[in-house]
Amino acid sequence: MRHVDGNAMGGLLWEVFGAEMTHQLGCCAGCGAVNPLATLTVYRDAPGEVARCPACGTVSIVVVRMPHAIRVTIEGVRWLQIHTG
Amino acid sequence: MAGAEIQRRLNWLVAVVVGVVEETPSVRSLTLSCPGWPGHRPGQHIDLRLTAPDGYQAQRSYSIATPSEGELVTITVERIFEGEVSPFLLDVVAPGDRLELRGPIGGYFVWDPGEGPPVFLAGGGSGVVPLMAMLRARISSGDGTPMHLLVSARSRDDIVYREELETLSHHDGVVVTLTLTRSRPEGWTGYDRRVDGAMLRDLVMSPDSGLVSYVCGPTGFTESVAGLLVALGHPPHRVLTERFGPTGG
Ligand SMILES: Cc1cc2nc3c(=O)[nH]c(=O)nc-3n(C[C@H](O)[C@H](O)[C@H](O)COP(=O)(O)OP(=O)(O)OC[C@H]3O[C@@H](n4cnc5c(N)ncnc54)[C@H](O)[C@@H]3O)c2cc1C
Ligand SMILES: [Zn+2]
Repeated sequence: MRHVDGNAMGGLLWEVFGAEMTHQLGCCAGCGAVNPLATLTVYRDAPGEVARCPACGTVSIVVVRMPHAIRVTIEGVRWLQIHTG
Repeated sequence: MAGAEIQRRLNWLVAVVVGVVEETPSVRSLTLSCPGWPGHRPGQHIDLRLTAPDGYQAQRSYSIATPSEGELVTITVERIFEGEVSPFLLDVVAPGDRLELRGPIGGYFVWDPGEGPPVFLAGGGSGVVPLMAMLRARISSGDGTPMHLLVSARSRDDIVYREELETLSHHDGVVVTLTLTRSRPEGWTGYDRRVDGAMLRDLVMSPDSGLVSYVCGPTGFTESVAGLLVALGHPPHRVLTERFGPTGG
């Protein structure tokens, strides 16, 4: 039970996307489940954070912090839906 | 709100500690005055960053315990044995000290007053912190949403905000239930065990009430309680969760 969830990634996702993201929906490329990013299962192992689909475990998002950059892999997300108000 | 959220930048801000309350022997609240703070919603958190003289940085998330109130941000921190950040916040930080933070963060585990569906809140240990912001907002705004808070703590002395919780439960439409998992004071008539299905069946409205649940605490507590609510027929999208990390002790 060392993991947390996508809520804990809110600040980091904000750095990446320039906005609050935890309530936005993502569709898992592995199983098609659609969930708010807050519900992803998150493993924090410096220098990176790995977020997995809560339904099937597919790696959704990996964020790695480098000295002057952040590298984001979002292979496991088929689509992201950004609510525009 | 949504438009403003999208425009806002998440900058590191410098806050000054203006208040300290010892809540229990291992839990302390810090009130921070933060110039430039944009205000927040109940349930949101901050990222707090400590920098050592040699430049080494440690960053942790802490939920905000109070509804929005100008530049003030109150957090409540539980001591984690041999932790890097929490013992510092309990033992070293004093009024007048400066701390770096950014926020508010969170658009999912939030509740706003507005006479919406009834709400069930379940907190384990320090997981009560963001739920307390919701309950305090419910009361200070005069909102009438039925709200039930279940707090699981080891003993009576470990209940964070105990005195306030005892008075809050006299408000119309607000119910506070305590369960003490390790030790009970003499004559205790409340629950004396970990949250289980039978307890939730007793306490929680039926799914057709439209009930929305917020479950927060150590990861094990959160997943167990959320799972029990879903097993009782509550739709998963109406059982919102926030995991704080490993289960202590
Ligand atoms: C969104 C979010 C909101 C949070 N809000 C709060 C809050 O309001 N109040 C609060 O006190 N904490 C809160 N936390 C937890 C907080 O961010 C830290 O994880 C906690 O303070 C421990 O940090 P540390 O540096 O003292 O311990 P670390 O040095 O990170 O850990 C030391 C040891 O303790 C274990 N450990 C880490 N975290 C916990 C934990 N939560 N419980 C038990 N053991 C742990 C670690 O596995 C490690 O073995 C929140 C976490 C998240 C993700
Ligand atoms: Zn999946």
